[in-house]
Amino acid sequence: MKKFLEKIVHKQEPKFAKGGKLEKWNPVFESFMTLAFTPNITTKKGSHIRDAADLKRTMMTVIIALIPCLLFGIYNSGHWQMVAETGNRDLVFWADQGTKIVNGLWIVLPLIVVSYGVGLTIEFIFGILKGHSLHEGFLVSGMLIPLIMPADVPLWMVGVATAFAVIIGKEIFGGTGMNIVNVALTARAFLFFAYPTSMSGDKVWMNGLSDRLAGGADNLDGFSGATALGDAASFMSYKPVFDSAEALINNYSMSDSFFGMIPGSVGETSVIACLIGAAILLITGIGSLRIMASFALGGLATGFLLNAVGGNDYFDLPAYYHLLIGGFAFGAVFMATDPVTAAQTSAGKLYYGFFGGMIAILIRVLNPAYPEGVMLAILFMNVMAPIIDHYVVQANIKRRLKRLKTA
Amino acid sequence: MSKTVKLRKGLSINLIGGAEEVISKSSVSKTFSVKPSDFHGLIPKMVVKEGDSVKAGTIIFYSKYNESIKFASPVSGKVKAIVRGEKRRILEVLITADSELSYEEGSVTKVADLDGETVKSMILSSGLWPMIKQRPIDVVADPSKQPKAIFVSGFDSAPLAADLNYVLKGRGDEFQEGLNALAKLTSGKVHLSLDGKGAADASLSSAKGVQINTIIGKHPAGNVGTQIHHIDPVNKGEFVWTVNAQDVALIGRYFLSGKYDVRKVIAVVGSEVNKPQYFEVVSGMNVAELTSDLKSDNVRVISGNVLTGEKIEKDGYLGFYDNQITIIPEGDHLKFAFTEGWMVPLGFKKFSNSRLFASKMTPNKKFALDTNTNGEERAFVVTGELEKVFPFDILPMQLAKAAITDDIDGMENLGIYEVAPEDFALCEFVCTSKIDIQDKIRKGLDLIAQECM
Repeated sequence: MKKFLEKIVHKQEPKFAKGGKLEKWNPVFESFMTLAFTPNITTKKGSHIRDAADLKRTMMTVIIALIPCLLFGIYNSGHWQMVAETGNRDLVFWADQGTKIVNGLWIVLPLIVVSYGVGLTIEFIFGILKGHSLHEGFLVSGMLIPLIMPADVPLWMVGVATAFAVIIGKEIFGGTGMNIVNVALTARAFLFFAYPTSMSGDKVWMNGLSDRLAGGADNLDGFSGATALGDAASFMSYKPVFDSAEALINNYSMSDSFFGMIPGSVGETSVIACLIGAAILLITGIGSLRIMASFALGGLATGFLLNAVGGNDYFDLPAYYHLLIGGFAFGAVFMATDPVTAAQTSAGKLYYGFFGGMIAILIRVLNPAYPEGVMLAILFMNVMAPIIDHYVVQANIKRRLKRLKTA
Repeated sequence: MSKTVKLRKGLSINLIGGAEEVISKSSVSKTFSVKPSDFHGLIPKMVVKEGDSVKAGTIIFYSKYNESIKFASPVSGKVKAIVRGEKRRILEVLITADSELSYEEGSVTKVADLDGETVKSMILSSGLWPMIKQRPIDVVADPSKQPKAIFVSGFDSAPLAADLNYVLKGRGDEFQEGLNALAKLTSGKVHLSLDGKGAADASLSSAKGVQINTIIGKHPAGNVGTQIHHIDPVNKGEFVWTVNAQDVALIGRYFLSGKYDVRKVIAVVGSEVNKPQYFEVVSGMNVAELTSDLKSDNVRVISGNVLTGEKIEKDGYLGFYDNQITIIPEGDHLKFAFTEGWMVPLGFKKFSNSRLFASKMTPNKKFALDTNTNGEERAFVVTGELEKVFPFDILPMQLAKAAITDDIDGMENLGIYEVAPEDFALCEFVCTSKIDIQDKIRKGLDLIAQECM
């Protein structure tokens, strides 16, 4: 296998080299070549030896960390599709596994294909224009995008959103490492504001539900496709779905929420899958514990604060419960920790995470127009991260200036 | 008043091929070289011509912008060639050595009887001055400036570095005399830093007239920059001078013998060397003899250590400041991703400071690393990794970014005056994005030297 590939590389390389026939396509060639081989680039001066870690392995590890969420998301999507078909929300979760997996794959794989297809095409075009091989950032973004989409989202929307995120969110800033806001969340935010009816509400979380409702399926009378967050947000309206926080918790039990057996975006529902991912990221040292922990702490603290204030049923929702429902865990583990868009200083990461978690819960509870606040909170903190870093850097500068005065 | 500094950050890279404690005398090689490129920013003005006869210690060129800084021939013989590069820039001066060395005769004087100005002018006129470097900018010290302190690191923590305890064994007199001379050059203190890990040789630990500090930690604990930062940091407008410990002994030897005698002990190390050991050599010598007994042909010969050294040819010349020759395999071949490249499943054989490879679980294992970058250059993505190996109260990534963007204010504020490129060597090593950080810092320092000094 190795020999075979090496032969191909050596045979094809001259064609793509400078002056070769296919010189323009060199970035594409290089991208594939460097997938199979760590290239033969050597150091010139300075440090003659280099660490074995590179961006490819870093990004690959993140993708591996996403696999539990992906697998669970596939099954969960299949399950809720079946729920929408039968109109029975109390359908047993661990039954008909085969059908659910197959259906889930039918839902999730096209999302992944569209996301990677559109995104990588654009990345390659920019690579060819700018003359560099594929930068690895999108390998993760391309996996994140399907996982934060509702199962019923039309594929063309995913394509448009991915294109928007890659071009406007990243490439115009200079590509991987230069973007201001998280690429995957940019895609989601784009759809959230451009096509709100396809991104929130109580019809989008189960594949096929909106079509069946539009077609007037008769077994869906009084059926709700809402998520826990949607129902929770209704506390702030005139017609709450549940009459108390307790009733909500009884409906979306703690274990269901923890394992992820609730409707929601494809990959976000299972807290345990997110925790496995978090463990992988933390063991390998890629994810920042500071961000994850402070994000969770920020959410909890705000939850407790709201509990203490009290006043309505949503305020009374137990603080820890916020961490279990919606995209909080997924956001904390995979979105907030994006090193490019998060705060870059150690101290800054703590503030960044804490305020991110806090704002996520505040948006959820205080703004009934947006049932889920995690996406908006992280995007907001992405924008704020440079300011946080600025103050951390200033503190460092002041500390060193002070040294001069005391000396 | 001695200080003990404990460092938590850093990284000791365990490489195969440490030197055995044997000193062989190298036969005197035919040609020697003095390379202006060893002295950053130097523009030499030649004093000798091709074909001139020189003695060891004869001045062969001086600095165009500071005529008092002179450079001497390490051996006696004939000037074989003045090698020039683009725009007639002088690359090196080659000298064919006599079989028996003769020296420029100086006077033998006790440093204790001299005043500071005399010591300074003696070192300057002898050609030994370039051994004294300055912070900021990390260039040969400007003799017109007053240093607030002089730092000598008594140990080298770089990978496979020569053990100074061994190198300086029995040379306590020379070392002490060198320290005495340095003490005359500053109104402040001379700091000597010793390794907290083990007892230092008597030649170092019994040094007098200096403040002896103890540094405990991984590399770069032995880097003089780390020591300055934690003991007496450089602020804007201040100067600190630094001298390699072995060069201190050479300065001492000059005062004791009156001769420019730059015989020194270096280590020849690295995974590709069959018998890694110490050699007594003369500074600037041709290394062909030392690099003849190798395990393979496709090697990188480095004058200096693997983190900061200069790439030289197999028959190249030992750098002015270097105490070791390191020889490691070249990494100029494709590495199949699954067996030896980026996607190896576990990676017990891939050394990394990150926890992305299983090798992190065997911290004491020794590795034979090659010169492959192990990946392509990218923009900075991963954060927090540089900080782990950078034991300064300075933000390394932010400073590097300021240097890359020519942000003078930013560099000044973030501490550019305290650092040398070598302080960033480990940052460069661990950088996931494979950015040549040392080079960026050097360019930043050049800009500062040009605009602010």
